[in-house]
Amino acid sequence: MTNRKFKLEKRKFVLAGFVLLVLSTYIVRLFNLQVLSDEYKSKADSNAFYKKTIYPARGLMYDRNGKLLVYNQPAYDITFVPRNVRNLDTLELCRTLNMTREEFDERMARIRNKRYNPGYSTYTEQVFMSRLSVEEFARFQEKMFMFAGFYVQKRSIRQYAYGAAGVLFGDVGEVSQKKIESDPYYTRGDYIGTQGLESSYEAALRGKKGVEMLLRDAYGRIQGNYRNGELDTAAVRGKDLKLGLDIELQQLGERLMKNKIGSIVAIEPSTGEILCMVSAPSYDPRLLVGRQRGENHKVLSQDKRKPLMNRAVMGTYPPGSTFKISQALTFLQEDIITPQTYFPCADGFRYNKFKLGCHAHSSPLPLVPAIATSCNSYFCWGLVRMFSSKKYEGGVPEAMDLWRDYMVSMGFGYRLGIDIPGEARGMIPNAKYYTRHYGNYWNAVTVISISIGQGEVTLTPLQIANFAATIANRGTYFPPHLVSEIENDTIASKYKIPQSTMVGREAYEEVIKGMREAVLGGTCRAANIPGIEVCGKTGTAENRGKDHSVFMGFAPMENPKIAVAVYVENGGFGAVYGVPIGALLMEKYINGTLSDESLKKAAEIENKRIYYGDEER
Amino acid sequence: MAMRRDSILSRLDWWTLGLYALLAIMGWCAICGASYDYIETDFLDFFSPSVRTGKQAMWMLVSAFVGVILLFFDKRIYKDWAFIIYALTLLLCIVTIFISRDIKGSHSWITLGPFSLQPAEFMKFATTLALASFMTRYGFNINENSNIYKCLAIFLVPMLIIIGQRETGSALVYLAFFLVLYREGMTGLVLLSAISCVLYFIVGIRFSEATISSLPTNLGHYWVLLLIQFFSICMTKFWCKNSATALIMLIVNSLVTLAAYWTAVYLITFNIIYVQYMLLGFNVIYLLLNIRLRKEKRNLWVVLFVLGSLIFYNSCDYVMHNVLRPHQRIRIEVLLGLKEDIVKAGYNVHQSKIAIGSGGVFGKGFLKGTQTKLKYVPEQDTDFIFCTIGEEQGFVGSTFVLVVFVIFILRLMALAERQGDTFGRVYGYSLASIFFFHFTINVGMVLGIMPVIGIPLPFFSYGGSSFLGFSILLFSFLRIDADRDVRA
Repeated sequence: MTNRKFKLEKRKFVLAGFVLLVLSTYIVRLFNLQVLSDEYKSKADSNAFYKKTIYPARGLMYDRNGKLLVYNQPAYDITFVPRNVRNLDTLELCRTLNMTREEFDERMARIRNKRYNPGYSTYTEQVFMSRLSVEEFARFQEKMFMFAGFYVQKRSIRQYAYGAAGVLFGDVGEVSQKKIESDPYYTRGDYIGTQGLESSYEAALRGKKGVEMLLRDAYGRIQGNYRNGELDTAAVRGKDLKLGLDIELQQLGERLMKNKIGSIVAIEPSTGEILCMVSAPSYDPRLLVGRQRGENHKVLSQDKRKPLMNRAVMGTYPPGSTFKISQALTFLQEDIITPQTYFPCADGFRYNKFKLGCHAHSSPLPLVPAIATSCNSYFCWGLVRMFSSKKYEGGVPEAMDLWRDYMVSMGFGYRLGIDIPGEARGMIPNAKYYTRHYGNYWNAVTVISISIGQGEVTLTPLQIANFAATIANRGTYFPPHLVSEIENDTIASKYKIPQSTMVGREAYEEVIKGMREAVLGGTCRAANIPGIEVCGKTGTAENRGKDHSVFMGFAPMENPKIAVAVYVENGGFGAVYGVPIGALLMEKYINGTLSDESLKKAAEIENKRIYYGDEER
Repeated sequence: MAMRRDSILSRLDWWTLGLYALLAIMGWCAICGASYDYIETDFLDFFSPSVRTGKQAMWMLVSAFVGVILLFFDKRIYKDWAFIIYALTLLLCIVTIFISRDIKGSHSWITLGPFSLQPAEFMKFATTLALASFMTRYGFNINENSNIYKCLAIFLVPMLIIIGQRETGSALVYLAFFLVLYREGMTGLVLLSAISCVLYFIVGIRFSEATISSLPTNLGHYWVLLLIQFFSICMTKFWCKNSATALIMLIVNSLVTLAAYWTAVYLITFNIIYVQYMLLGFNVIYLLLNIRLRKEKRNLWVVLFVLGSLIFYNSCDYVMHNVLRPHQRIRIEVLLGLKEDIVKAGYNVHQSKIAIGSGGVFGKGFLKGTQTKLKYVPEQDTDFIFCTIGEEQGFVGSTFVLVVFVIFILRLMALAERQGDTFGRVYGYSLASIFFFHFTINVGMVLGIMPVIGIPLPFFSYGGSSFLGFSILLFSFLRIDADRDVRA
C-alpha cells in the first residue's frame, strides 16, 4: 500500500509536466503571433484606422491680366463601405437622393460588378454617387444618421469663369486604374488632370492630400482622432497658375472662328507666352461641369468636327506661302541670293517642261516685292539655285540636309515643347526621305513644292505662329508656353532660354521689309491697321478641296508685341479669312479695343460660315 | 498527529493568497482595458457601479468577504455538509433550467433584483466537495468498478444538467475531474487514450487539407502518425519500463523519419506517409518480438494502443469524409474552430488573433489597444479577455500572465500533495484541475489553437458569479489546507 501510494505520488510529475507542456505551447504560440509575424499588425491597422483623405483645393488659373479663369466649386460624393452598411432603409435612401428603386439596384449592381469597378471590395469606400450639388448634399446630410456605412466626401470640381479656352484647360476626371498602379500618390476615386493644362501641370495644381487618422470601431462608427490628431497631416492647397493667355483675345479669336474649322495662335515674341490659342470648333468648358457632364461630354466626343481636339498643336497642315519667308532667310544666309537678286516669273516657274503657276505681277523682281506679292517663281528659283550650287560637295543631298537643318532651327519638324500634351511634330523631309522614294534620281525640281510650303512639308499652327515670333525677334524664339508663372515655383527653364536659328539678323531685316511691304501694298493689305506697323505674310495652302486660308504676321514692326498665325481650313485665299482675322487680333491686343469699323468687320467674319459638307440639313 | 491551535492567519498559505490577489488585480486591469472606450475618463470612473469595471470591483469585494467568512468553517464542516451542499446546488441548477429567462439560448441565469447569478458556477464547488468527500470514505478503492461508476456519476450528472442549461462549454469543465481520478490511481491508460483520441481528432482534422510543402503528403495524417509513434515510445519507456526497447525504437523512428523527410524534400519526391506506416509496423513487430524473447508482457498493451490509434484515426477520417455530408462536416469543423470562417463562426478567433498579434513584443500600453477598444473582438471582456492583455501588454506581459497563472496552478497542486488525507488532496487536485482546464481551453481558444468553447478565464473574465464561484473554491481549500494536519 505504501509502495502504491508512493508510485501514485509520482503522478504529480506527469500532471505538472502536462501543465508545463500547455504553458510552453502557448508561449510559443504567442511568440509566433506577436513577435514573428507582422501580418496581424497591418490587419489591425486596417481594421481600426480609417484614413480619411482631406482633399486639397486644386490650384486656380488666372489670365495674363490677373482675371480668374478656372476655379473650384464644392461638390459632394456619397460613398459607402459595403461591410459597414447595416439595416439599410433602401426606400428612404432612394427618396432622399431622388432616385427610383430600379436606379438604386442598377447603381449597386454596377458598383459590385468587377468589370466596371475593378477596385470593389466590401472593406473599402465605394463611390455611390458623385458630384452632388450643395442642395442635394444638404438633403442627404439631414438623414445621414439613418444610413450606417454611408459617408460623404467633400470634393471640389472645376468651374470656369469664361466659356472659352476649354481645350487648353483640359479636363479633370477620376484617376485610371493604370495610373493608380503606377503612381502611389493616387488612390481610387481621386481626381487627376486628364488633358490640357490640368494634365501637364497636375503636379503643381493638385496640391498635397492630407490625411486624418480616425479610429473606427467594429461597427464602422468613427470614434475620434487617433492620438488626438498627432499623426494627421493637413492638405496643402494646389499652386495657382498664371497663364500668358489674354482671355479677351481668346474670346475674340473663338468668336471669329465660329462656324469654321481651324486655329489661331498668338504669341508674345519677347517671352514666348501664348496670348491666345483657338482651335475651332471650340466648346464652352462650363458644359462639362457637374452632373450634366457625362451627357455633354458624349455629345462633344462624338462630334465629327472633333471640338475636343486642339488643332493648334495637334493639327498638321501645309503652311503654304507663309513658308516662303523661311526660304528667303535660308537663301540669304547661304548667299544663294542677295536682296538684289532678281528672278524671272513668266506667269509662274518654268524649268524645261515643268511649270508651276503664279499670279500676275511684274517680272523679274527682287526679294522684297517677291515676298510682298508672294511670287512662287522667285522661291522656286532660289531652291533650284541652292540645290545646284557647287558650294555643297555632297551635291543635292547635302543641300537638302542643310536645308532641313535650317528648317529645324526655325522650330519646324520637331515638337516645340509646349506645356500641353498632344503636340504634333509636323513634317520636314530630308535627303534620306526622298532617296527612299526616288532613289538617286531627284533634284530641286522634284521637290520644288517644298519651297512654297507645299508638298511634303507640314507644320502645326503653333509652329507657324512661333515662326512669326522668331521673325519678330529677328532670329530667336522662346519655346512657346501657356503658363507664365506658377505660384511659389518657377516654370520649366527651357521656356526661359532663347533658341537661335541658323540665320543672321540682317537676313531677318530684309524679309521683314518684304512682310511690311506685303501689308502696305501686297497680299496683306487688309491687315493694314492705322497707327500700327503690321508685318504679315499670307498663305493659300493648296488642298484637295478648297484651299486653306493662312496668315502669319506680327506687330508692331519695331519692338513687336504680338505674333500671330491664323489657319482657316478651306477658307480660300489667305486674304479672305486669315488676314482680317489676324489683323483684328493684333488690333485688339495692341490697342486694347477694336475700332468701330473693326467691330463691324469682326461681326461680319463671325457670321461667315464655311461649309464642309458634313452639316446637318 | 498533534493538533496545532495557532491562529488561522498563521496557518494560511499566503503564497496562494498573494497569487490570487495578483491574478485578480491583473484581471481587473484587463477588464479596464477591454471596457475603456476612448472617452476621456477620470480613473475613478472605473469604480463607478454603472460600468463593468465598477461592478466587477464590487463582486471582487463581495468575493473577498465571502472568502473570509469561508475561512471560519473548518474542514470537518465542509466534509460533513458536502452531500447536502451538492444536492441543494444540483436542485438549484435543475430548477434554473425551468425558471430562467432565455439569454442567447442559454438557460443558466437566475435574476435576483439587479443581480443575476449563474448557479452552475457554484456547482463546481459542490461537485468538488462531493467527490472529495466520497473518495475519502472508508474502504474506497478507485480500482473497484462500483466506486469508479459512483465517482463518474458525481461529476457527470452535473455535467448533463449544465448541458441541459445549454452551457456546453461550462459542462465540459467537469471532464477536468478525470485528472483527479488519474492522480488517485485510475489507470493512466484511460487518460492517455482520452487525450490521444482528442489529439488525433483535432490534429487530424485541423490539418486535413494541408500538405507538407512540395510533398504529396497530408499534413494531418503525417502528424497523427508521428504522435502515435511518440506515444508508443513513451508508453514503452514509462509504462512498460523497457528503457532499452524504447531507446532502440526512438533511435530507429527518429533517424528514419528525418532521413525520409530529407530525401523526399531534397532528392526524390514521394509520399513519406508510407515510411511512417512502415515504422509503426516495425515498432509493432519489435514489441511483439520482445514479448516472445524477453517476456515483456506489457508490450502487448502498447501494440494494442498503436493499432487502436490507427483504427480510431482512420475511422474518424472515414466518417468525416465519406459518411458525413459536406455541410455536416463543415459544421463540425467550424464548431471545433478548425475552419477559418472569418465572417461567421470564425470571426471571433480571427479578430482575436489580430488583436493579440498586433500587440508585438511590448504591447500598445495600458488602455491603448485599438482592436479591443473598438470592439473588434466580441466577448472581449469575458471569454476573450486574454486578447486585451495580448494587445496592450504584448508578448512580455501576456507571457507574464500565463506564467503567474501556471505558478498558481502548480502551487495548488503542491498544496494538494501536502494534504494529510485523501479529502484535502482530492479537493486540492480538483481545484487545480478545474483552473487548469479553464486556463487551457480559454487561452487556447483565444490563441486560435483550441475549438471555440465559451468558458471564462478564472479571475480575468468579467462576471460576478464566476469570480465568486472560483473564490469560494479557493478560499474553502485554503481553510482545508490550513487544517491539513487535522484528521477529519
